[in-house]
Amino acid sequence: MTYKTPKPETRRSVLTKLAASSAVVAGAAAMPGFVRYSQAQTSAPIKIGFQVHGTGIGAAYGRWYDRTTTAAAKLINDTGGINGRMVEIVAEDDGTDPKRGAEVVEKFASQHNCDVAFGTLFSHVVIGSSPRAGELKLPYFVVSEGHHVASGALNRYTLQPGITDVKSQVQAMAPFVASTLGKKVTMIFPDFAFGHNHRDYFSAAIKEHGGEVIQHIAIPPSESSFTKYFPQIPRETEVLYHVMVGPAVLTFVKELGEFFGPSRPEIFGFIDSLEAVDLASPGLEFLDGTYFWEGNPRYAQADQSEHDKFFRAAVGVDENGASVADPKDVATYSHMFGCWETLHVIKAGMEAAGYSGPGDRAKLIEAVEAMTEMPLSQGHPQGPKLFNGKTHQVFGQQYITKVVNGKLLLAHTAPIADTLYPDEVDYTTQSF
Amino acid sequence: MSARSKTLALHVGVILALLLLHFVLPTYHHGNLARIMVLSVYAMGFNLVFGYTGLLSLGHALFFAAGMYGSGLTIAHLGFGAEAAFLAGVVSAFIISAIVGALALRTAGVALMIVTLMFAQAGWYTILYFGEYTRGDEGFVIQRPDRVFWGIDLSDASNRYLVALLLFAATLIITLKFVESRFGRVLVAIRENEERARMLGYDIFRYKLGAVILSGTISGLAGASYGLLFGYVGATFATVQYSILPLLWVLLGGAGTVLGPLVGTAFMTYLIDKSSEYTAAYMIVAGVVLVLLTLFARQGIMGEVRRRFLPWLP
Amino acid sequence: MEFGPHLLLAILEGAVQAAVLTLTAVGLSLVFGVMRVVNVAHGEFYMLGAVLAWCVTSTLGGHPAIGFVAALIIAPLMVGLIAAAADIFILKRLEYEPKNTIVATIGMLYVIQQVTLIAYGPEARPVQAPFNQRISLPWFEFGDAGFALTWPWGFGTTTYKLAVIVAAVVVLIGLWNLMARSRLGLIMRATQLDREMAQAFGMPVEKVNAMVFGLGAALAALAGVLIVPIQQAHYLMGAEPLLLSFIVVIIGGLGSLAGTVLAAVVIGLSDGVISVFFSPTLAKILSTLFVALILVFRPQGLFGKRDL
Repeated sequence: MTYKTPKPETRRSVLTKLAASSAVVAGAAAMPGFVRYSQAQTSAPIKIGFQVHGTGIGAAYGRWYDRTTTAAAKLINDTGGINGRMVEIVAEDDGTDPKRGAEVVEKFASQHNCDVAFGTLFSHVVIGSSPRAGELKLPYFVVSEGHHVASGALNRYTLQPGITDVKSQVQAMAPFVASTLGKKVTMIFPDFAFGHNHRDYFSAAIKEHGGEVIQHIAIPPSESSFTKYFPQIPRETEVLYHVMVGPAVLTFVKELGEFFGPSRPEIFGFIDSLEAVDLASPGLEFLDGTYFWEGNPRYAQADQSEHDKFFRAAVGVDENGASVADPKDVATYSHMFGCWETLHVIKAGMEAAGYSGPGDRAKLIEAVEAMTEMPLSQGHPQGPKLFNGKTHQVFGQQYITKVVNGKLLLAHTAPIADTLYPDEVDYTTQSF
Repeated sequence: MSARSKTLALHVGVILALLLLHFVLPTYHHGNLARIMVLSVYAMGFNLVFGYTGLLSLGHALFFAAGMYGSGLTIAHLGFGAEAAFLAGVVSAFIISAIVGALALRTAGVALMIVTLMFAQAGWYTILYFGEYTRGDEGFVIQRPDRVFWGIDLSDASNRYLVALLLFAATLIITLKFVESRFGRVLVAIRENEERARMLGYDIFRYKLGAVILSGTISGLAGASYGLLFGYVGATFATVQYSILPLLWVLLGGAGTVLGPLVGTAFMTYLIDKSSEYTAAYMIVAGVVLVLLTLFARQGIMGEVRRRFLPWLP
Repeated sequence: MEFGPHLLLAILEGAVQAAVLTLTAVGLSLVFGVMRVVNVAHGEFYMLGAVLAWCVTSTLGGHPAIGFVAALIIAPLMVGLIAAAADIFILKRLEYEPKNTIVATIGMLYVIQQVTLIAYGPEARPVQAPFNQRISLPWFEFGDAGFALTWPWGFGTTTYKLAVIVAAVVVLIGLWNLMARSRLGLIMRATQLDREMAQAFGMPVEKVNAMVFGLGAALAALAGVLIVPIQQAHYLMGAEPLLLSFIVVIIGGLGSLAGTVLAAVVIGLSDGVISVFFSPTLAKILSTLFVALILVFRPQGLFGKRDL
């Protein structure tokens, strides 16, 4: 595995010290009188606990989340750190498991004495860890694209300022699908919460644009062959909407091609079906001419911004969205920018709050809640963003690309306005 | 001292030591130990069937999940308070273990392992199938206001530890009493020689069923408390992995020993926690340690202790 | 799609699954039957087969068929050797005590998975099939114009999928020959029937164990190689075949190779067919309960005679 934890020697010594003093420090942090004292120690690095999917089902994502995080932290440190302090990333593998995830959050808060926790992708790990982050009063910045934050299911200490959520992504696709591809849609999605979000939000959104979903095909989890489900696709289908996750995604897309042969409907899919998968893989030729949602276009586009160029270079991704070191190692490009942007939001928030130590955690959250517009910039290479302090969720542009000669070319950019929906929660009314 | 008073002294001592640790442990380990105690309740439940009755179940995650979802769903959808929800969780586990036990115990050996595994898989799929209510694989949070039990806020670190200790102590005592009871001795007799026990006139099926129900209910109790104490209910806890874990904990700690589950759970938890600090490949460490233990400490940790030092250990 | 072609397509897909499952399960059944070992790491041998197939094909390059044929030989061989070593160094020393072998093989599972994750990575990687043409299949209709052949939308399969079925049959015939005709087969059968007696007659039971464990693992690895052009090699892919193989071995009746084969075909096909009639996840619930209930009411398995 390539993701690196900090050097064992330093970590070990830090740990020994921390184990001895963590009770004292935690106690001190809780007592108002001692806040000044802890604020005085400002030369120490700011510790950001990074909950990484190093093993388990999320490992392919975790590896790229790690590379992006490392690159962003390096950039922040090279340009003076946060409030003059260096940033130290403390990485812990959560095994893509909610129980271990909660333990890792506890470890960040009480053992490593991290200032904040950050970086979780898989929704079940976020939801399993978030209650612990709230109880330990540890700001928890997730990079998950789940709707859990904005739905109000979590708490005031959990924020998602660096990546948009599935609800806004899905509803922003409906106008394009209905106007360009077709009105009669068949959806294929995994039969668990992530897939159900797609089913519910897209079905509602396409109706508003005069289309309809004529068939829902839910694929059970842990399924590894798909052809047997495809006959349920009605003949009159104009658009096939697919979104799959997990290691079997390539099989899914390949079998879809084999099923349709030469006569296929329009196909629109979420790139989640092919994140970290090379489009040149055998069997994917049939995708030519189909469309994808991308959180951030994998292939450098003709109108590539200087910021995307900078971001690619910093993380080590070439213009085809693969590792510079190994062109077969394809990035999770539609998600990993979230780590980069989140770290920049943490930096901006800490600077705005005059953050100096764990006693200022509430101030940090208030500072982030006060954020609104985040223009396209080095810190936000995916595009401009709009943060909603009440729902703790960021909103941003969505991209639709078309496969042309094995590359994904931009076909449509959904504006932020298409991604907005009414607030479902106001976290700012919750006490700290 | 007689074996009996030694036993008493040892277990009271363990409980007192855990109580003492409450005051001295650093925050992180304090929280970890609370979790370990709840999970060892689960392991003790498993041990009743596996260690004392000699039945290999790979479906205990179903009982754990029954407790967890029984309490979580009644809070989320029926507006139950924590007390009623806890009870609902335990009752769900009781009912499900009675049904599964009555069916699965028609088989034995490896077939029993597969049957229990299949029932648990069906349970996991069911949780996913009713995603509208269970939120499927994502699971859901039990919010803090719903986690107040008889006026005790379970999201408070100190309360959590003491409640976990209470559950652990209660289960420890129940297990101890059970093992010493006539019922428990018949189970051991069944484990050692089922045919002989049958010829002595015992209704084997009834005894086994009793063991499965008690074991399943205790597992469910652990599941219900885990949800209430840590605020999360999720389908991961119903997967095969969580059926295999208690087996590992019990085998490591020592199958058929009362303290084995606690020792095994703590050992495994800290093995992963500590080795992950030094290497990203901590599962290799865990795997190698498992193999080494089977090679050099076949009775598990407490089993070896019993064999070498304390023959009176229950 | 209409009901007829839909059902036939599900059966075809089920047959491919059944073919791969049969090889994996027969490997497990051998180990189970002859050695009485519950090998929890069996699925990892399947995974290793797939992963090694990727390594071999991507190292060799050239026409996909060259690498694939090489993988068909190299991967099972290597996996077999690894497994035989595991038997000699670990399982043998445990004297095949059931509980300890379960824990030890769980430990092996962790180690194999993690080593693969480090050496190979977390991605799912594809292997190109040596040949893979899509075949559209015809269907018949009795319309107004009488009997007619039609070519329903999406009704087809690929040559590679058909080849997998053929390959599985060939391997099974070979295995049957080995068991029925060779000296090794004789020793294995004797050991399976009565271990003590076989030993008393001077059969090298101990040596047989390592060979059986290696052979079982090699069969799983072979199944992994065959499946990898259809699915991809991924370090967590061993869980599903492990569960299914266990089911098949038990349903088939412990120690009955014929039963195992029959059960694999039934389970593989039924998985496809049930999905025609029920919503997919409901189908999974029903098929797992179905398996559980078969065992509840026929604990010796469908084709077994002895109690377990």
